[in-house]
Amino acid sequence: MGIDLSLIWALIIGFGVMMYVVMDGFDLGIGILFPFVESKGERDVMMNTVAPVWDGNETWLVLGGAALFGAFPLAYAVVLSALYLPLILMLLGLIFRGVAFEFRFKARAAKRHLWDKAFIGGSLTATFFQGVALGAYIDGFEVVERVYAGGAFDWLTPFSLFCGLALIAAYALLGCTWLIMKTEGRLQQQMHDLARPLVFVLLAVTGVVSLWTPLAHAEIAQRWFSLPNLFWFLPVPLLVLLCTWALLRAVVSNAHYSPFLLTLTLIFLGYSGLGISLWPHIIPPAISIWEAAAPPQSQGFILVGALFIIPFILMYTAWSYYVFRGKVREEDGYH
Amino acid sequence: MFGIEALDLARIQFAFTISFHIIFPAITIGLASYLAVLEGLWLKSGETVYRDLYHFWAKIFAVNFGMGVVSGLVMAYQFGTNWSAFSDFAGAITGPLLTYEVLTAFFLEAGFLGVMLFGWQRVGPGLHFFATLMVAIGTLISTFWILASNSWMHTPQGFEIVDGRVIPVDWLAVVFNPSFPYRLAHMATAAFLATAFFVGASAAWHLLRGRDNPALRKMLSMAMWMALLVAPLQALIGDFHGLNTLQYQPAKIAAIEGHWQNHGDEPTPLILFGWPDMQREETRFKLEIPALGSLILTHSLDRQVPALKEFAAADRPNSTVVFWTFRVMVGLGTLMILTGLWSLWLRSRGRLFQARPFLHLAVWMGPSGIIAILAGWYTTEVGRQPWIVQGLMRTAEASSGHGLGQMSLTLALFVLVYFALFGAGLGYMMRLVRKGPITDEGQVPSEGGPGRKRTPSRPLSAADEDLDDNDGDRLAGRN
Repeated sequence: MGIDLSLIWALIIGFGVMMYVVMDGFDLGIGILFPFVESKGERDVMMNTVAPVWDGNETWLVLGGAALFGAFPLAYAVVLSALYLPLILMLLGLIFRGVAFEFRFKARAAKRHLWDKAFIGGSLTATFFQGVALGAYIDGFEVVERVYAGGAFDWLTPFSLFCGLALIAAYALLGCTWLIMKTEGRLQQQMHDLARPLVFVLLAVTGVVSLWTPLAHAEIAQRWFSLPNLFWFLPVPLLVLLCTWALLRAVVSNAHYSPFLLTLTLIFLGYSGLGISLWPHIIPPAISIWEAAAPPQSQGFILVGALFIIPFILMYTAWSYYVFRGKVREEDGYH
Repeated sequence: MFGIEALDLARIQFAFTISFHIIFPAITIGLASYLAVLEGLWLKSGETVYRDLYHFWAKIFAVNFGMGVVSGLVMAYQFGTNWSAFSDFAGAITGPLLTYEVLTAFFLEAGFLGVMLFGWQRVGPGLHFFATLMVAIGTLISTFWILASNSWMHTPQGFEIVDGRVIPVDWLAVVFNPSFPYRLAHMATAAFLATAFFVGASAAWHLLRGRDNPALRKMLSMAMWMALLVAPLQALIGDFHGLNTLQYQPAKIAAIEGHWQNHGDEPTPLILFGWPDMQREETRFKLEIPALGSLILTHSLDRQVPALKEFAAADRPNSTVVFWTFRVMVGLGTLMILTGLWSLWLRSRGRLFQARPFLHLAVWMGPSGIIAILAGWYTTEVGRQPWIVQGLMRTAEASSGHGLGQMSLTLALFVLVYFALFGAGLGYMMRLVRKGPITDEGQVPSEGGPGRKRTPSRPLSAADEDLDDNDGDRLAGRN
């Protein structure tokens, strides 16, 4: 067969994870920013900006997991069992905030603060352990005869913990600029004031991760810094700097839409950088997408359904964002 | 510690998370079809009672669906986190089937669910009915895929083993494996019955409290027709399923029967009750009826049922567990049939909505369908042991091999979080049930929609009841 099914599936899953990071990123970010906003009315607005879409955002995570199982069962088996604790804690965090999200609106005043705390705690836990899992993924896994051969706590390294904190910063900025776009008045002003320090924090942690990664992994350094690769990949860090500069300017000039769009671009650039560092390994540091692939008759079988259903999902997603466009105000009821 | 190993904890964890999860999809499957029937009857007859019931149950459906999505999130990852050796070994087959299940559910949620829950005022009645039908069919297609995957683990075929891993050869054979049609029919019917008894109990609860209206009567009446007609059908499907199991998984049947040994040419007796003892290799304190086992399982008086001692000790499922889970399931099924018969007798005398002892029974039978589903799944899954894929891979070889400490920690967290959160969810559903159907609900335009003040769009925003009983502080909190 001339078609490289593994490549197609790697792109589909890569795209799905990207969709997840971007979309659940800003709604997790809202949970992270909750402690900075005290008033109940403003907290309601924050939640209402994502209420119509957040559960759809999270479904990309389920799809990513199931598609990984179907297309790359070895990667699903090794990566998920190696990242056992961080992933379980992430899932529990997501459950917590999902249920808190719904019941906060339905709870009476005396109990609302409990659901608020569950929402904040769940968002922070889910984001932190997602970042930890990402860091551990970059660090790679020891695999012997198709089985994860490392220890139960190999994921727990200074680098992975730092990645956990870095992701909190990234999602907070996504949430912050999302709110600048979707709100007005005092809440928007508060987010404006938060955006600048958050941009600097994100720039700093991105810088640290970008230096730490090649320093710790010779093959990743080789990928980036050998010639002619350096020239091919140089635009990525340059664009990051350019975007950050534009983002800071946009914040200063009180723009509404561009801060969010520029943050999305930043996240996308970071994601591309990650792809450049790891490609074509789906189980870093050594197992490629082709080695971890399910047989072609499995990948082909699910491709039929995916090609039919994913465009439909994308259209629907685009439509629901279109329907709920525009500013959210305090007097708008609960969605 | 009590002889419990990490593997046991891994199994308990999977059993715990999937037991919680299965409750929601089972009710989702049943309610989706119930809603389609209600809307069909409303369009056909124009009787407002059907429309009122549709709006009442659509809210409960929505909450239930939301819970199913959240608890399903864990299931999509658990095969990899906890059963990585299995995922690598069988992933080429079970992975794509799970992918299809998720794609179907995703497709359904993305499209028709929104129209069904929030489109009553916005699309024509025909299109709305179409959306409800698609949701109902979608839940059944999801069931189709996940049961194909599970059934393949019981009766695998259509594969070959290359380099120690399963490779699909014939997808039709994989999906339509020998136990699949029986398991699909049995589970779908179980979901319908569980929902019928849940609906019936809700109606009976209100009737017992002196509330009486046409909607409540219709609920009870429809539920009891289901009990009368479908519960015996389910017994028949179960019988066929059992015969299929006897053919492909005889050890499971022997364990269910607590049947250790055949004597000479004697037909196999049926043990009604007893205590199968795995160490002593016998069923203690047993109460048995001669030859009935052969009659039920082989439909003859001379052929014998395979006995547990014909299997190596290492290949026997735990008879103590499946003997009793099976009897719980069958016992509840029998009660369902009797409830249906009693309802017919009362109906013929025009006392179905007044007979208090019967209404009390109907309330108590509310969770019977769910409990029977859980007992049935324990029977079939524990009965497959020690295999995870019958004859191909043992459960002991399938796990990720996490240590005792990790497994205890995560299990404790799951128990804590699930009881707290899904407990709140179930409590909220019960609250909606207690509120009861409202007359003419569908005539008032619902708030919301694009360009309106309120724009509900997710399953749970279809229900607007408060989470707690509200006293004065509701006003205080809403200012």
